[in-house]
Amino acid sequence: MPHKSSYISSSSLTAPLQYLSSEGEPLSEVGGKHELPDFVNDKALLLQAYRWMNLTRAFDQKAVALQRTGIIGTYPSSLGQEAISVACGMALEKNDVFVPYYRDHGSQLVRGHLIEHLLLYWGGDERGSAFGPPLDMPICVPIATQASHAVGIASALKIQQKRQAVLCTLGDGASSKGDFLEALNLAGSWHLPVVFVINNNQWAISVPRHIQSGAPTLAQKASAAAIPNLQVDGNDFIAMYEVLTEALQRARQRKGPMVIEAISYRLSDHTTADDASRYREQDEVDKAWKNEPIKRLQKFIFQCGFWDKKSEGCLQDDCQTQIEKSVIAYQKIEAEQPEAMFDHMYQSWPDVLDDQVVECGEKYKRNFLTPENQFPGLK
Amino acid sequence: MNNETLKNVNLVEAINMALNYAMSHDESIVMLGEDIGKNGGVFRATDGLQEKFGFTRIMDTPLAETSIAGAAVGMAVAGLKPIAEIQFMGFIYATLEHIICHAARMRNRTRGRLTCPMVLRAPYGGGIHAPEHHSESTEAIFAHIPGLRVVIPSSPARAYGLLLAAIENPDPVIFLEPKRLYRSEVHEVNDNGQPLPLDRCFTLREGEELTLISWGACIKECLAVVDQMNAEPGSHDRIELIDLASIKPIDFATISDSIKKTGRCVIVHEAAKTCGVGAEIAAYIAEHLMAYCKSPVKRVTGFDTVMPYFRNEQHYLISELDIKAAINTSLNTRF
Repeated sequence: MPHKSSYISSSSLTAPLQYLSSEGEPLSEVGGKHELPDFVNDKALLLQAYRWMNLTRAFDQKAVALQRTGIIGTYPSSLGQEAISVACGMALEKNDVFVPYYRDHGSQLVRGHLIEHLLLYWGGDERGSAFGPPLDMPICVPIATQASHAVGIASALKIQQKRQAVLCTLGDGASSKGDFLEALNLAGSWHLPVVFVINNNQWAISVPRHIQSGAPTLAQKASAAAIPNLQVDGNDFIAMYEVLTEALQRARQRKGPMVIEAISYRLSDHTTADDASRYREQDEVDKAWKNEPIKRLQKFIFQCGFWDKKSEGCLQDDCQTQIEKSVIAYQKIEAEQPEAMFDHMYQSWPDVLDDQVVECGEKYKRNFLTPENQFPGLK
Repeated sequence: MNNETLKNVNLVEAINMALNYAMSHDESIVMLGEDIGKNGGVFRATDGLQEKFGFTRIMDTPLAETSIAGAAVGMAVAGLKPIAEIQFMGFIYATLEHIICHAARMRNRTRGRLTCPMVLRAPYGGGIHAPEHHSESTEAIFAHIPGLRVVIPSSPARAYGLLLAAIENPDPVIFLEPKRLYRSEVHEVNDNGQPLPLDRCFTLREGEELTLISWGACIKECLAVVDQMNAEPGSHDRIELIDLASIKPIDFATISDSIKKTGRCVIVHEAAKTCGVGAEIAAYIAEHLMAYCKSPVKRVTGFDTVMPYFRNEQHYLISELDIKAAINTSLNTRF
């Protein structure tokens, strides 16, 4: 597949790599630079991607609704990011290590996280991060810090002589932080098996891309660390999956790190606590909807004859059923006992915590188990 | 005791000896930091280790403290035991986000699925005529953070045993080395791989009338004062000296026993007074031991000022006379 390495090694790519138009038409047929990759003939793979993307969106809609009704807490929607997230999940092999930020619900689902565990996390329960592939990191809230952990894990894998890759995701805002730039520097210097995906959804809460950096592309920040980098249309699953697959394979083969800037658009508010109408025009959002990733892949698989209206109906029903079941499962999980907050502070408790555990139990009885309960709302 | 493992070493050589022993016995241990390789660290704590254990296990990093801490978190999660060196405590603040938000919380936030067994070493404290930002004593910042352990040795033997214990510990440990003591004294240390307990203080001198609590470099002046006062005619064994050693968690059991016996307490630390670790000990005494106290707890600490540059640092550092004055005040006061 000679075309495959061409875009990684060449700097001639001036526009983001894209195979499908927003209407799902192969660009190669309308004068594009690149032939479609072979895997587009793999019906099972494309349908798998399409199902995950739909499940991700259905989960997302449900999660927002659950926040609105007070069942989970503040939640960052992944609306419009489904191609990036699902491509990340699918390109990773089981033994690879995923180091996410906090908008990677799609990747987490593909990596085997149960919907009820995702809800646990966003429902304010630490056990939401207690599951997943052995070394996959928990959702990372402090922006860009996960990039440093990713190079640490990649370094460990290299030292342990394991042929595994690390995939780290971050947002356009995170690309401004020192952690990311230091991580690039270290990954380049130590030639580490790590791939960074910058999910450039154009907005870091209210700060638009042009304020975030004067660099023409965010990908090119990697050039200073001599790390191959490119921009990809993040709403084009075909392009995302191809580039990710190759980047991770390079990493596993000890050919070094890579940075992928996935161009997309945050169709939602930053989180359920945000109101994006305060800082961006609806016209811009309406325009971005025309490029959204699910419709694009849907049109393509329809054209390929892989999909029909009946399958579509079944898929939507299946997604809803699965989510409803998971929500019920989630709501059946009782909160941990108050004293659980002490259980995982250290492998063995220092003596000093003994008194505090007793105090915690007394506090619980005083506030929740007595007739003069002062905090009924907290129950 | 095997005489072949007895060595006369200073504190920094004891650190080197412990690192050497641990790396020889556990292949998962790696070290990362600035200038720790061929140069052996700016204080030579890692001298000769890269030659012995190779570039893969003794890693010179780019000059980026955030990366050192962040990468150590990743390495620890992935099954290595990283020992990261920060060249001076004044440069440790760039690591705080990783230490506080990740290292200290990894076990808790994953409910035990992932852990972060790492050691962050740094020389701390003043008194070596160093440039600005090279004399900090900010152990209280780390002591405040749930999920961390903070350890400060004060002799070659305790440096050796406590560092081995820190390396063995399954949780993140901040290991602060009193650089003023790095080469001040040579003692016999048994290089036998024996760790010391990580959550116990050390009673260095026993006494009946006053408990003197300190840690790190100040132990040197405390020892001098106590040995002098305990040897005064007619005042045999008046002062009990406790080396806190484990700054977090604090061994309050040993402190309690001592204060119940003596009824008086003086705490000495080089760090600034407000919210220093001495305040925590004083608060514990106020909460639990007031009935035993014959006089108010006294603190002898650094001022709430920026550590003066070295021309005037002697006006900030704790002297033997400062300690002696506080002890005498305490002994001559009664509620």
